[in-house]
Amino acid sequence: MAKSVIELKKIARKIRVLIIKMLTEAGSGHPGGSLSIADIITALYFEIMNHDPKNPKWPQRDRFILSKGHCVPAQYAALALCGYFDEELLMTLRKFNSPLQGHPDMTRTTGLEISSGSLGQGLSVGCGMAIAGKYDQKDYRVYVAMGDGEIQEGQVWEAAMSAAHYKLDNLCAFIDYNKLQIDGKVEDIMNVSPLQSKWTAFGWNVLEIDGNNMEEILNACYKAKNTKDNPTVIIAHTTKGKGVSFMEGVVGFHGVAPTKEECEKALKELQEEVI
Amino acid sequence: MNDKVATRDAYGKTLQKLAPKNPNIIVLDADCSSSTRTSWLAKECPQQFFNFGIAEANMIGAAAGLATCNKIVFTSTFAIFGSARCFEQIRDSVCWPNLNVKIVVTHAGLSVGEDGASHQAIEDISLIRTLPNITIIVPADGIETEKVIAKAAETYGPFYIRLGRAKFPIILSKDYKFQIGKAVTLREGCDATIIANGLMISESIKAAEILEKKGISVRIINMSTIKPIDKEAIIKAAKETGAIITAEEHTILGGLGGAVAEVLVENFPVPMKRIGVADFFGFSATPDELLEYFHMTGQDIAQAVKETIDKK
Ligand SMILES: Cc1ncc(C[n+]2csc(CCOP(=O)(O)OP(=O)(O)O)c2C)c(N)n1
Ligand SMILES: [Mg+2]
Repeated sequence: MAKSVIELKKIARKIRVLIIKMLTEAGSGHPGGSLSIADIITALYFEIMNHDPKNPKWPQRDRFILSKGHCVPAQYAALALCGYFDEELLMTLRKFNSPLQGHPDMTRTTGLEISSGSLGQGLSVGCGMAIAGKYDQKDYRVYVAMGDGEIQEGQVWEAAMSAAHYKLDNLCAFIDYNKLQIDGKVEDIMNVSPLQSKWTAFGWNVLEIDGNNMEEILNACYKAKNTKDNPTVIIAHTTKGKGVSFMEGVVGFHGVAPTKEECEKALKELQEEVI
Repeated sequence: MNDKVATRDAYGKTLQKLAPKNPNIIVLDADCSSSTRTSWLAKECPQQFFNFGIAEANMIGAAAGLATCNKIVFTSTFAIFGSARCFEQIRDSVCWPNLNVKIVVTHAGLSVGEDGASHQAIEDISLIRTLPNITIIVPADGIETEKVIAKAAETYGPFYIRLGRAKFPIILSKDYKFQIGKAVTLREGCDATIIANGLMISESIKAAEILEKKGISVRIINMSTIKPIDKEAIIKAAKETGAIITAEEHTILGGLGGAVAEVLVENFPVPMKRIGVADFFGFSATPDELLEYFHMTGQDIAQAVKETIDKK
């Protein structure tokens, strides 16, 4: 089942292409954070996680929670490419009657583990799933992706405390450290650093990587799997808008869909990227 | 009547007018300032603006603290995060001690559309309405918003002011005088009364126009203040028109419809129908598609009026 890093990078590119197409078709949504998290989502769904698209409720499956729910187009693209549902469905994103809601709705979309969209709640849910795994003596793992702005929510730190308290080494959190939120730079709006020492103080195993680098993501996930007693947080330095030059590091592309022209330009860039 | 202004834009503009003249005004936001329009003031008077990041509960607590130091505090974010997310902080740190905090939320109701259920605040009024001391206002348009914000700034106590994202048609005239707790009759009529607020005023006007062609005469009341509610206007409408229909961009459980029903039941029961979201979560679609799906269009209101009149 193991895929080569080159193959994974190609899948990540495909996911980025789909994100751009979906958001352009929808006319609204969040490109910046969807693009920054695309490599992590690719690594999880196509290499790291045990899961079965034919049996989405398989009790032994690893779970993925997209706590920063506004970036769900990246997850929808991954779910479609895995075979959870038809790829054509992606173009119905955010439209009337579509199972693909603007923010994740687990009652409508196959493959989603929880509904989200209000930031700061996913890590707590992840704690619950991890506790259930221990309780039921199942060895599945739980992955949670959060935004760097999102971790300003106090609930994240309540969850961090409880994960360490209950020694949830089956829990692994990602922080998509793309340095931007809606109103500007995270460090200007409400500084969250230093992240390393904060999470260490909360009792977590802390890894710091380039979150747009496939090898580093994979290695960090393997290390997390082999860590006993402590939950692991992977501080993933990323670029918001990654892969589309005119979106990279641009706060304005947080929550604005590309126009048709921007879409074409973005697709051209992505397709010409040398992998 | 054809002009359209987003109530959040009117809010941003009014803060820019008021705050530079009053250093006691402090404005807080939770990483939504570009959308709530508090960023306009933040640019102009950065010393009167504090961004709390994505941490709404903390923002409300800090607002309470500032208010104990004689500040007039405005807190803004999207309606769902500014109400439900920090409900107990609003209850215990703002309403119970009766502090001078103005919670002004934007992106309320179904009209955020494509974002879907997580972002469609359709229960905020019901929640906040249970709290003593707070005044709740849903302005009808940009003109009313300007007057409501100015009034809130000069009136002591907690306020919850609910604004939208979309552009609303201008309903009221520039010389309209807003009074807290005073409903305004927008249109006279004798067969039934529609009590509405916010976005649903324009749907109610459409309903009245449809019904007029059928010889049914409908009164429309703008009930922008939900708390304290204008009991007199409700009872008078019940006595004079004998049928009441409420219309709100909100769940029918406990909001405007609930408040009006409470007054009617205890004072002058008449046939009544509540238009709004009938105990469902929303979903992604355009605002128009959502209004249609939840039977909240002018056509639906007109139908409800006819059915309610038939029960007289
Ligand atoms: C509780 C809550 N408050 C506010 C919002 C509105 N909101 C949506 S995205 C966002 C910024 C998120 O920034 P970050 O977590 O850094 O995500 P990313 O940069 O990955 O998009 C905000 C404030 C929300 N969804 N939930
Ligand atoms: Mg970010």
